[in-house]
Amino acid sequence: MPAVEISQLVKTYPVGKNKLTALDKISFDVNEGEIFGLIGPDGAGKTSLFRILTTLLIPDSGSAQVLGLDVVRDFREIRKKVGYMPGKFSLYQDLTVEENLNFFATVFGTTIKENKYLIEEIYVQIEPFKDRRAGKLSGGMKQKLALCCALIHKPSILFLDEPTTGVDTVSRKEFWEMLGRLKKQGITIMVSTPYMDEATLCERIALIQDAKIMSVDTPAQIIQQFPDPLFAIRGDQMGKLLKQLRQNPEVETCNAFGDYHHITLKDNSAGTQTRLIGQLEKENLHIKELKAITPTIEDCFIRLMPHNNQIQRS
Amino acid sequence: MRTLRFLLQKEFRQIFRNTTILRMIIMVPIIQLLILPLAADYEIKNINVAIVDHDHSGMVQQLIGKISSSGYFHIADYNSSYDKTFTKFENDKADLILEIPQHFERNLVREDKQELFLAVNAINGIKATVGSSYLAGVIRDFNADLRLRYYPSLATANNPVIDVAPVNWYNPFLNYRFFMVPGILVVLVTMVGSYMCALNIVKEKEAGTIEQINVTPIKKFQFILGKLIPFWLIGIFVFSLGLWVIARFVYGIIPVGSILLLYSFLAVYLIALLGIGLLISTYSTTQQQAMSLAFFMVMIFMLMSGLFTPIDSMPGWAKWIAHASPVTYFIDVIRMVTLKGSGLTDIKNHFLIMGGFAVFFNGWAVLNYRKTS
Repeated sequence: MPAVEISQLVKTYPVGKNKLTALDKISFDVNEGEIFGLIGPDGAGKTSLFRILTTLLIPDSGSAQVLGLDVVRDFREIRKKVGYMPGKFSLYQDLTVEENLNFFATVFGTTIKENKYLIEEIYVQIEPFKDRRAGKLSGGMKQKLALCCALIHKPSILFLDEPTTGVDTVSRKEFWEMLGRLKKQGITIMVSTPYMDEATLCERIALIQDAKIMSVDTPAQIIQQFPDPLFAIRGDQMGKLLKQLRQNPEVETCNAFGDYHHITLKDNSAGTQTRLIGQLEKENLHIKELKAITPTIEDCFIRLMPHNNQIQRS
Repeated sequence: MRTLRFLLQKEFRQIFRNTTILRMIIMVPIIQLLILPLAADYEIKNINVAIVDHDHSGMVQQLIGKISSSGYFHIADYNSSYDKTFTKFENDKADLILEIPQHFERNLVREDKQELFLAVNAINGIKATVGSSYLAGVIRDFNADLRLRYYPSLATANNPVIDVAPVNWYNPFLNYRFFMVPGILVVLVTMVGSYMCALNIVKEKEAGTIEQINVTPIKKFQFILGKLIPFWLIGIFVFSLGLWVIARFVYGIIPVGSILLLYSFLAVYLIALLGIGLLISTYSTTQQQAMSLAFFMVMIFMLMSGLFTPIDSMPGWAKWIAHASPVTYFIDVIRMVTLKGSGLTDIKNHFLIMGGFAVFFNGWAVLNYRKTS
């Protein structure tokens, strides 16, 4: 039995007289014991989906089961078994670290002691501050505390809504290591993130954009499905180069990616690359490097987006 | 039950940690009860009277002496030109102008008849009515003295006199404080109950903590009780502080009626009030909204409650509003019990109505409060 089963799920919000569709007939499953990533930009519908799965929101139509329980009918049962960490820090800022943890343990009818083994590794990091009020903690500490509070009742499934947003790189890395250890405890983890580089840390991912699921697979599979050879190009005037590449008839897609522009070509025969460089040199652009690369999740994501040619990245 | 205990423990911890709320709970009742009754003083003193004297006779001096010795009036001006005096009026230096015509004394003695002119500055309606009637009373008194002096036979023999001797029951010295302080105490409890309760719940919404609570097995009624009980206790504390400390030691008000009865009514009243607070919180998503809404409701409840103006003299539609406000009933009850010593049978209806309010507001709030939206 999958840990989460979502089928034809629809959620809309009224905006004046119109409707804003947050989830448009979404269907996918999350297997038991896996780390499942929901990858998509802000406003794609990730939080709405999380709120439905944690019984905070009722879907318009379609159905969703968490641990075999219906999110509408069996919401009470689900609440006992899931851990939820909302994107926004939402613990009591005026209670101390220990009081927060204790409160959430007791409302689930358990104690810190009983499940301490589960949060041990994370808790040791915030333990020195246990008498500090949660509102006075740093961003990374707050996030660790929130994770502890979501775990203290030993949930079977953990929903983490953008847990790494606004967290520094080192803490992010640590956080993902923690998730890996939690998975070993048998906890299913569903995590959302707007960071594409975190996608490869999940076992399976769903790419979500504009209320629709574009693809659900392992990160490796998604990368493999990238249809064309991908090239990275670097020159001395990157801004002008981008403009020229987009105008160039040989280039199919072109997106800026940090130090490089990633391009796919219309014609992948051997001469195209040299031809392209020649054309660009004519425009007084010096090309430092042009190399074939393996696509990243981000490339796949952009590729899968509707009207991908028009998307400009800054 | 265990969950509720933890919720209450958490709630009290947060309340006692919030110094602003703590200060409000303790200082607000004390300060308001010390200041507000002074401001809500209906006794009009220091009415400024300007006198325009065209007569300059001994009798006028006697009249002025009588006016100024009454204790209510302050002679702001003494002049013999009405126009000059009127500038005092315009500058708000005088509330009343008493104009004494020429030959006042002569005509009064000879013809047994004289007229005085009284102009009233009616910007402050209460001061105008009260002031002019006080002054008319003083003049009437003066008149009676004169009659006694100049026509002793007439005054005693020919004038059948109906002498009215009023007795002020329940508040023999017409001490307005006895009347106002219990009412203000009600207003205090009302503000603490509705504002604090509404703001506290909305704060959880704003901070997002309610989401975290909602994914726990905490049930709706547990959460609501966890919010209502602390503020119910705070309401009782504030009331007691006002009643036992300020009302007793500062104003010397000791309830005549049963304390137990007063507290029983308070208990029901607070439930109704917290229901209003809860209701406000279900309709607001930010503390600002809750504050505006609570302020609006409490304002209407307060002004229409008969605290400042008697309900009986309100127009029909206003009476309806007054009777739709729980504050009205509690002010009525607290005055009846503290001043008159009314018993349970006297306020039975008040109890029933308040119980109705409690069920109505809480029921509405609970229906409107959805754990899953």
